Amino acid sequence: MRLTASNLTCRRGGREVFAGVSFSVASGELLAIRGRNGAGKSSLLRMVVGLVRVADGQLALEAGDPELTIGEQAHYLGHQDALKPSLSVRENLQFWADFLGTGAAAIGEPLARVGLETLADLPAAYLSAGQRRRLSIARLLVVTRPIWLLDEPLSALDAVAQQSLTEFMRAHLAGGGVILAATHGALGLSAVREVWLGEAPSPLVGEGWGGGSGGGATTSTPARRVANPTPTPSPSGKGEET
Amino acid sequence: MTALAAMLVRDMRIAVRVGGGALMGVLFFLVVAAMVPFALGPDLALLKRIGPAILWLAALLASLLALDRLFAADHEDGSLDLILMGRAPLELVVAIKGVAHWLTTGLPLVVAAPIIGLFLNLDGPAEVTLVLTLLAGTPALTFIGLIGAAIAVTLRRGGLLVAVLVLPLTVPVLIFGVAAANAVSSRPVPFGTPFTILCALTLASLVVGPFAAAAALRQEME
Amino acid sequence: MAIVDLANPSRFLNLANRAIPWFGGAAVLAFAFGLNQVAAVPDDYQQGATVKIMFLHVPGAWLGMLGWAVMTVAALGTLVWRHPLADVTAKAAAPIGAAFTLMCLVTGSLWGRPMWGTYWVWDARLTSVLVLFLLYLGVIAVWRTVEDPSRAARAAAILTIVGALDLPIIKFSVDWWNTLHQPASVLRGGGPAIHPTFLMPLLIMASAFTLLFAALLLAAMRNEILRRRVRTLRLLQASAVT
Repeated sequence: MRLTASNLTCRRGGREVFAGVSFSVASGELLAIRGRNGAGKSSLLRMVVGLVRVADGQLALEAGDPELTIGEQAHYLGHQDALKPSLSVRENLQFWADFLGTGAAAIGEPLARVGLETLADLPAAYLSAGQRRRLSIARLLVVTRPIWLLDEPLSALDAVAQQSLTEFMRAHLAGGGVILAATHGALGLSAVREVWLGEAPSPLVGEGWGGGSGGGATTSTPARRVANPTPTPSPSGKGEET
Repeated sequence: MTALAAMLVRDMRIAVRVGGGALMGVLFFLVVAAMVPFALGPDLALLKRIGPAILWLAALLASLLALDRLFAADHEDGSLDLILMGRAPLELVVAIKGVAHWLTTGLPLVVAAPIIGLFLNLDGPAEVTLVLTLLAGTPALTFIGLIGAAIAVTLRRGGLLVAVLVLPLTVPVLIFGVAAANAVSSRPVPFGTPFTILCALTLASLVVGPFAAAAALRQEME
Repeated sequence: MAIVDLANPSRFLNLANRAIPWFGGAAVLAFAFGLNQVAAVPDDYQQGATVKIMFLHVPGAWLGMLGWAVMTVAALGTLVWRHPLADVTAKAAAPIGAAFTLMCLVTGSLWGRPMWGTYWVWDARLTSVLVLFLLYLGVIAVWRTVEDPSRAARAAAILTIVGALDLPIIKFSVDWWNTLHQPASVLRGGGPAIHPTFLMPLLIMASAFTLLFAALLLAAMRNEILRRRVRTLRLLQASAVT
């Protein structure tokens, strides 16, 4: 399976958020989407899933299910949890299992894997923010879809939960899945490709975001090129060959 | 459970558990109907004549109550994104949400109407026709309301806008509903004619409502 | 034992557990005696046997108003003294009072049909009792809609105190306005206007219903305290799981 994007352009609210974004990610690979706040990382994820209109450019999925859209073969973990406070933990997860899945799905095991099995009958309103995040993550485990789109997945999680999520991501990649993750920080995984939105920091400036033109994603953003897979997860300015 | 059945069960659970449940709509219906004699005076003959119209108006307003949260709640917590990524067609999902809304808001109104009709001095035949017309017409109110709710989905406090959008669209339903309910007491029009048209309006809304609402949702989401 | 001792919910639970059977038993005995008396009452020369609806209708009215009076005192307890059991009393009394008011409305309606030829008329007495019923439903709606019990208590308390204005209106409505409903027969200056043959069974039935009210109120308060304990335990359970 390969997900390819060529020259994607996004316009929201009359302004151009990003333009000319291209990438390619195959089974077992993780694409890290990087950029400063406001560069359009969330918009890019939502564009792949089909929630934001493609103003220009193309998205193509090879070896997927030809009858389904990309969004129908993907999981999206955004900033919101999609949980109903008045339903119990079990009811929330069972609903998504039934709605997004194709048949009866056992939710006991995914609940246990995120450590919420003892709270299964509590109303979701009683959960802390971290627990709600973990319940959302359980959704990715209970229904199998090949493509995962994660928006800042490690935020709102403590160290133990971050470790768990990284394990889930590793297992998903090992099973031939594809992950696109918008993230500021390191992901602790190998086989990471990167795409930058807006200006990438220049190697002379180092870790800070001081490089590049000020004022985020206005018009005439230069086209981003695909970085080669880097063995280390940290963002490096070196990957700027064609 | 299939996707649509799961959606129906979920929406009904939420409707029953949150915000006073199905009884809030009935309570509103009762209060509005009780306000009318305070405004018009206790003339029982007058109340009997306009009773069906009052109850239809009250049912319309009570149906509007839960509409603005129908899609907005899902939009705010991110559920709507995932619903759009589901494999069930959006039109069917919207229709199922309409069914859940009617079962938890419209149907209780139909059940409560005869009791409230007693307060407005309606007699037996008038009560029966009232219940029949409400049973046939409240689904139309819900399904037309879906369109307004979908258009206003991104607004946080879209309640008034939904009412402004939906009320004009429900005018035909109101006209024929009241005409049918009154037919038993007023002479020229037999019950069958307006009632059949009312049923036709409802059937049409069952189709047009979900399609228009789904299109509006897709537009709003981008 | 002073009232302040009852402020402790656990002590109250002990007291309630012991008191409820007594009140319940006393109510059963009073009903047995009262119904016996009612059966012995001769038919009214005009109304026939339907006059015996009075033995349900009048206690229903009295207890509907008593219920609101209990809630008003509890509301003052919540707002002024912050007595911990005041919230519980107010919440427990509302459905019971509403049920008695409904009994009054329904029995009155059924009595009115043969007497006045109509199930309902918008005169001052009936309207003010209907308003009381709507106020009850409103308070119950506040309890059910507001999530946090202590905020719900304060909101309901304010509504209760404002609604208490309806009680004197109900009582004096038959004096202040020209009503279809008959004037006061029992509690009036100049003594009861009703014959002892009817008065005694009426008072016995009223006492029986009052004992029933007390038993139900104590049981409902006990349930509410237990319900709040369950909620606290669940919140603790959720926060205990990391």
